[in-house]
Amino acid sequence: MRLRFNLLFGGAICLIILTLGVFAPLFVHHDPILDANLMNAELPPNADFWFGTDSQGRDVFSRVLYGSRVSLTVGIVSQLINSCIGLLFGISAGYIGGRWDEFVSGLTNVMLSIPSLIFALAIMAILGPGLGSLLIALGLTNWSWTCRIARSSALSLKSQGYVQAAKTLGYSDIRIMITQILPNMIGPILVIGTLGMGDAILAEAALSYLGLGIRPPFPSWGSMLTDARELIAVAPWAAIFPGIAIFLTVLGLNLFGDGLRDYLDPHMRTRKA
Amino acid sequence: MASQTQPLLQIENLSVCFPVSAGLFRRSHQAVRAINNLSLSLHKNQCLSIVGESGCGKSTLALTILGLQHPTHGSISFDGKPITGAAQPGRMQRARMAQMVFQDPYASLNPRQTIHAALAGPLRLHGLRNKGEVEDRIATTLKMVGLKPEQAKRYPHEFSGGQRQRIGIARALILDPKVIVLDEPVSALDVSIRAQIINLLLDLKERLDLSYIMISHDLSVVEHMSDRVAVMYFGQIVEEGPWQSIFANPVHPYTRRLLAAIPDPFTIIRQEDITRKDMQPPPLSGFSYYPEEIGTHDVYQSPPPTEFLTVGDDHKVRFIAR
Amino acid sequence: MSAPPLLEVRNLHIDMRSGQERLNVVENVSFSIGAGETFGLVGESGCGKSITALSLIGLLNRPLAVGQGEILFKGQNLLKMNGSELRRLRGNRISMIFQEPMTALNPLATVGRQIAEMFVLHQGSTWHEAERKAIAALAQVQVPAPDKRIKNYPHQMSGGMRQRVMIAIALACHPDLLIADEPTTALDVTVQAEILKLMQELCDQRGTSVLMISHDLGVIAKMCQRVGIMYAGHLVEERAVADLFRRPAHPYTHGLLASLPVLGQRKLNERKPLQEIEGIVPSIAAFPTGCRFEPRCTRASPICRDAVPGPSVLGDYSFVRCYHHG
Ligand SMILES: Nc1ncnc2c1ncn2[C@@H]1O[C@H](COP(=O)(O)OP(=O)(O)OP(=O)(O)O)[C@@H](O)[C@H]1O
Ligand SMILES: Nc1ncnc2c1ncn2[C@@H]1O[C@H](COP(=O)(O)OP(=O)(O)OP(=O)(O)O)[C@@H](O)[C@H]1O
Ligand code: SF4
Ligand SMILES: [Mg+2]
Ligand SMILES: [Mg+2]
Repeated sequence: MRLRFNLLFGGAICLIILTLGVFAPLFVHHDPILDANLMNAELPPNADFWFGTDSQGRDVFSRVLYGSRVSLTVGIVSQLINSCIGLLFGISAGYIGGRWDEFVSGLTNVMLSIPSLIFALAIMAILGPGLGSLLIALGLTNWSWTCRIARSSALSLKSQGYVQAAKTLGYSDIRIMITQILPNMIGPILVIGTLGMGDAILAEAALSYLGLGIRPPFPSWGSMLTDARELIAVAPWAAIFPGIAIFLTVLGLNLFGDGLRDYLDPHMRTRKA
Repeated sequence: MASQTQPLLQIENLSVCFPVSAGLFRRSHQAVRAINNLSLSLHKNQCLSIVGESGCGKSTLALTILGLQHPTHGSISFDGKPITGAAQPGRMQRARMAQMVFQDPYASLNPRQTIHAALAGPLRLHGLRNKGEVEDRIATTLKMVGLKPEQAKRYPHEFSGGQRQRIGIARALILDPKVIVLDEPVSALDVSIRAQIINLLLDLKERLDLSYIMISHDLSVVEHMSDRVAVMYFGQIVEEGPWQSIFANPVHPYTRRLLAAIPDPFTIIRQEDITRKDMQPPPLSGFSYYPEEIGTHDVYQSPPPTEFLTVGDDHKVRFIAR
Repeated sequence: MSAPPLLEVRNLHIDMRSGQERLNVVENVSFSIGAGETFGLVGESGCGKSITALSLIGLLNRPLAVGQGEILFKGQNLLKMNGSELRRLRGNRISMIFQEPMTALNPLATVGRQIAEMFVLHQGSTWHEAERKAIAALAQVQVPAPDKRIKNYPHQMSGGMRQRVMIAIALACHPDLLIADEPTTALDVTVQAEILKLMQELCDQRGTSVLMISHDLGVIAKMCQRVGIMYAGHLVEERAVADLFRRPAHPYTHGLLASLPVLGQRKLNERKPLQEIEGIVPSIAAFPTGCRFEPRCTRASPICRDAVPGPSVLGDYSFVRCYHHG
């Protein structure tokens, strides 16, 4: 019961947000950027502007919807890059061991001791603002946890009988890492991955606030939040709705990750049948 | 006697050392000497059992035979051809020579693979592409170990310990190897399943003309299964011979100690004195038994030069010159 | 057994839960262990010995959970305790030797650190003191060169050494109750004898009680005063150890003893196959409603299929659950 609930509820939230983002033009009747009209500034939610308007009179509803495109892209793509780097380093370090392991462990410790946002900031400063550099900056800086988990799982999995058996059956090391080790750590990696997507969405907000994210008129939840900061007393809706959007997305991702982990566990699967 | 023919597997002067790391970026000169100058041969269709102290290098020997551990010195040959050193075959060729059955039936199967996947993977890897042939081979192997082919769709956790050990045996048989290394094949199983697995292994040995190297602490199992028994101590063989001589006339003090320590439930309950009535036979003249004292060796030092001398029909014991 | 028992398990049920469904993995198990006593638990692999042991220290994980019953340790019900009370007992008053040392030990820490941690956590030692104690503890379990071995990681040790590290951790704080789940499977007989002697000394000198789970009937015969036999989640027989081997009552126990390979039985030119118990254990989802041994039992009759046999008392702390025992 609970398994299904997490998976379906979390999945549904994610799917709804994804659909709203992808098909945003079908749901909105104001342009998120061009329909700026100071006459309409700071209107509370009403029949025409469902979520109200911001300081420039733009429709918050359509900006939230369009903004999800940026936030979701940043979350998914940068976390994918993080997971791939973390898995690559972590599995190989744990499985191969020796000097390579010492090197990777040293590197992850260095990464962990510097806040990843500062790291991302430095990369953004070099690459300049924009979506592409945002993805690269966030994708290169938040893989240390994935790497640590992957390394310690690989280290304990490699002494399991089935890994030894695979070697005696002639499997190459690469094949063993992919077919025997990786599938057995997918649970924790997924959970870290969904949390990481949430992190990335929040980091995007932070970087946008510093003027290093998406360039202004284009909406992203992060830039909307920061724009709305000065209005929090007069037009709280301009901050609340993107806030709720971030919250729901992160919640949906976490539930989905949890449910997916349980679903992928073969112990859980057959008992349901 | 079997020893006239060429042995199937011959291990000569094998040594394996594990370097001790002295910390980050430093390598110390010390090494754990797991196997020291060990020689042993296995003949076709024989079961050679290796017994010995925990930590004396039995598993390391097994891993070295399977190519999962590189020898520091010495060589191993299979059917007369060396399989260590420069002429070493790759993992793929080795896989058809020797396979292994592991001690822990729970950890030895990948929890995320169905039995079918675990058996089909190696077959495909070794070039069996035809789907029908793969299925046939899986079905016959499963039947051979007493499982139903329908069960192949299941995951390991749906099987009991004994059934998992059967699956482990099926996996070891799937590539049709000549030698099977059994590292404590039944110690994780309960007595009644243990009997089933022992009977199965003996039956397969005859049917498929297999040769076994079995590592076991359970001497009643060793007595039941073996053709020859080798007693290992600190990386060396200290006594080796046909099973009946080892059990009836043990010579080396360490072997005698092992046999005396067997906890047999019925003798314990009857509170019988199980210490052997016969006396320790004296060593050959000019020699002492090696090791003279048990439990005093230093795993970081290589052992002194010793000799492995015949004391009876095909029965050898390790001595040190006095 | 005269003194009040140190541990008393009453009507323990362990369920496996999935959605609305509840499967009974362990049903109605009761036994008690007196101070300084060693109680053995023997049975088919997968019959629920390890999960019974885990339930005693509150370490059962989803999907398994205690359904009903009481576990009284020194008169206190462990099932009513909260997390922090249990943690204080665990490792200190009750400790456990886990069946799989490789999964119970941390692959990322040296074994010395893992042993020393027990002294730091439970005895308030400094790390420096604790290291000395760890070396002594390893020496006590017969690991050669313990001062060097404490620097090993688990994967650098042999199977038997890892198992002895687990034993050293479990014995570190002189527990009142030691749960030993297959403690000596990876040990050779001489080391095994030393370890068993060590445990026995602990029982005699400190009054430690032991729950000994083992497939090795020799170990059971040597260590235990009383033995329980489990089959498919039921405790089917409980006997004093000598009675069990001399006059087993349950057909399953009979079968177990008969399938034992006995030393000195093999003749030079013939090898009789070992006797087996025909058939396999029923799966948890398909337990028979009556006696769970019925599908494999040679003495079965129609009543065996209808209801689970109740305990027939054979003496003090001694019973069998079978309609046709003898
Ligand atoms: N984490 C788990 N999830 C689901 N089922 C489990 C879990 N752990 C144990 N089981 C099931 O509970 C039953 C009892 O298992 P347990 O480990 O107690 O057996 P055991 O008597 O200790 O066997 P063995 O002698 O092989 O150690 C088994 O059928 C097993 O499949
Ligand atoms: N990877 C390793 N690194 C360092 N030392 C190792 C390694 N593997 C094994 N050793 C050492 O080699 C020696 C032999 O170990 P091995 O596992 O072969 O013993 P074993 O005879 O199988 O013992 P057991 O009966 O306890 O399983 C031990 O001293 C062990 O500590
Ligand atoms: S109750 Fe019946 S089926 Fe069960 S063990 Fe006794 S005789 Fe066999
Ligand atoms: Mg070993
Ligand atoms: Mg168990």
